[in-house]
Amino acid sequence: MEAFTAHTGRAVPLRRSNVDTDQIIPAHWLKKVTRDGFEDGLFEAWRKDENFVLNRPERSGATVLVAGPDFGTGSSREHAVWALQNFGFKAVISSRFADIFRGNSLKNGLLTVVLDQEVVDRLWELTEADPTAEVTVDLEKRQVLAAGVTADFELDENARWRLLNGLDDISLTLQNEADIAAYEAARPSFKPQTIQA
Amino acid sequence: MGRTLAEKVWDDHVVRRAEGEPDLLFIDLHLLHEVTSPQAFDGLRQAGRPVRRLDLTIATEDHNTPTLDIDKPIADPVSRAQLETLRKNCADFGVRLHPLGDVEQGVVHVVGPQLGLTQPGTTVVCGDSHTSTHGAFGALAFGIGTSQVEHVLATQTLPMARPRTMAITVEGELPDSVTAKDLILAIIARIGTGGGQGYILEYRGSAIEKLSMEARMTICNMSIEAGARAGMIAPDRTTFDYLRGRDHAPQGEDWDAAVAYWETLRTDDDAVFDAEVLIDAAELAPFVTWGTNPGQGAPLSASVPDPASYEDASERFAAEKALEYMGLTAGQPLREIGVDTVFVGSCTNGRIEDLRNAASVLEGRKVADGVRMLVVPGSVRVALQAVEEGLDKVFTAAGAEWRHAGCSMCLGMNPDQLAPGERSASTSNRNFEGRQGKGGRTHLVSPQVAAATAVLGHLASPADLSDTRTPAGVR
Repeated sequence: MEAFTAHTGRAVPLRRSNVDTDQIIPAHWLKKVTRDGFEDGLFEAWRKDENFVLNRPERSGATVLVAGPDFGTGSSREHAVWALQNFGFKAVISSRFADIFRGNSLKNGLLTVVLDQEVVDRLWELTEADPTAEVTVDLEKRQVLAAGVTADFELDENARWRLLNGLDDISLTLQNEADIAAYEAARPSFKPQTIQA
Repeated sequence: MGRTLAEKVWDDHVVRRAEGEPDLLFIDLHLLHEVTSPQAFDGLRQAGRPVRRLDLTIATEDHNTPTLDIDKPIADPVSRAQLETLRKNCADFGVRLHPLGDVEQGVVHVVGPQLGLTQPGTTVVCGDSHTSTHGAFGALAFGIGTSQVEHVLATQTLPMARPRTMAITVEGELPDSVTAKDLILAIIARIGTGGGQGYILEYRGSAIEKLSMEARMTICNMSIEAGARAGMIAPDRTTFDYLRGRDHAPQGEDWDAAVAYWETLRTDDDAVFDAEVLIDAAELAPFVTWGTNPGQGAPLSASVPDPASYEDASERFAAEKALEYMGLTAGQPLREIGVDTVFVGSCTNGRIEDLRNAASVLEGRKVADGVRMLVVPGSVRVALQAVEEGLDKVFTAAGAEWRHAGCSMCLGMNPDQLAPGERSASTSNRNFEGRQGKGGRTHLVSPQVAAATAVLGHLASPADLSDTRTPAGVR
């Protein structure tokens, strides 16, 4: 995973709540067996409307998505995170994320930032009025900065440490091999098995 | 202080607990399917890692599989390639696979329970959000992303922050016309699509205790639609009776030891939930969705709500957008909404009881002219059982299409899709924009409402059907 320390970029204000992962990347894109090449599927249905905010020329190259509450609900498809990253997004801001989407994003280095809806509203107003306005997401300081906006955000220390250092979860877990082996040795015999090991 | 069911199962799976770190949880059962696993297997290959516990891993094919002509090569080359990738990955790594054509193939969340692999007090994961289904057995079961699929394949564990717990207590008697699907749709409408966020839900109370295992699976299945990490129901005699004798259920002394353990998996009387919701079963009625998220639902007797009636600006805007997408107007009675398609199936409502419930409404009746009805069993085993009971004949005699097992029109990754503008009554779990096909419009319903809707051509419950059954002897 790529490390994330701080990022500054222009924003896309997305005034929609309950943006489910079927909207972020429709199911027919999920037939691909790679982690890349999903950028054209991002918000595919909405992008058919030329006035959709992502299609506006002034949003080209924007890297911070500012969305309504309950972003990433529904399907567990990690393809939603890959699609956002493939398109160029580095961070998503919302007042509430679905749990699985949030977990997936942090495992891929896409920073999902939870801010109060009141702050999201201010970011929407700012970036709608001025598409060139930049938003900084600083993971070291746990702070979002924009013209007239300074907002602290929470992220648990462990997740932050892994993101700042771009650490691979599996390698970290395998450092606990002795604990895993001890647990396995003590499992009761009535637990189900798919095949005879 | 006592512990909740979720806390007991969680504590029994902690491999490692350290200050400032998420708990490392052991995973008892890992279910795989073709859509969310290819990139995970690639990751293992790149790192030169094996699958740690092949004996706790099982795969099937469901999302892409066709429900017609399953003996022929799959027409869509991309779908075919994805299924072939799963077959190669399972062969290369040694994972047990039930492919299309196998008697144990089916929707992954139907297959696990029917094999007896889903057991009380286990941790179950799958790269699919509806893994919450397995919580009906008192398992801690949750959907994971592909990075976590790779993590479990490599380590049989997951680092997880401990969620909070929420009790959803349903007391009283459900009216005869009200099913588990109506109940869960009503719960989601009440707490909202984000209401369960950060929580493990425990469904409890006298109305839940009376439900069959299949009905409990319908409830737990849609926990994710309320935003919850998982949903659970304490195991009891109903659970044990369902499991006894299944292929992978414990045998002999193991059975006795297992039951002794399972009986401890109840929330202690002095345990405290972080949140509680109380529902009066007697007040419920058949429930359908009108919008584009599963929380936008109402009793069938109601009308399409007026967006202006929402105080919250974001909810108001969402309702406006939903009505626009769904082609509905505020104040329109829900019963007057006509449909083109009826879909019975999915991990929510594709089990044998669901098919029996739909068939009992359809028997002696006809699907309305101009309505297409698809019945897709959740697994090959469910299909075989339905055929043994003659349910397939009931469906085809009524004019419905009897298909092969799979996820099918729930998400339209195979050819079973809505055309733009088409409207369905669907027993599946998501009414998102385009979920069942680009531009398709979905109303989530129970199997009984689906069948009644098929007969009348508009959203309806069996109670609306009093005189549509062909009298015995008349053809």
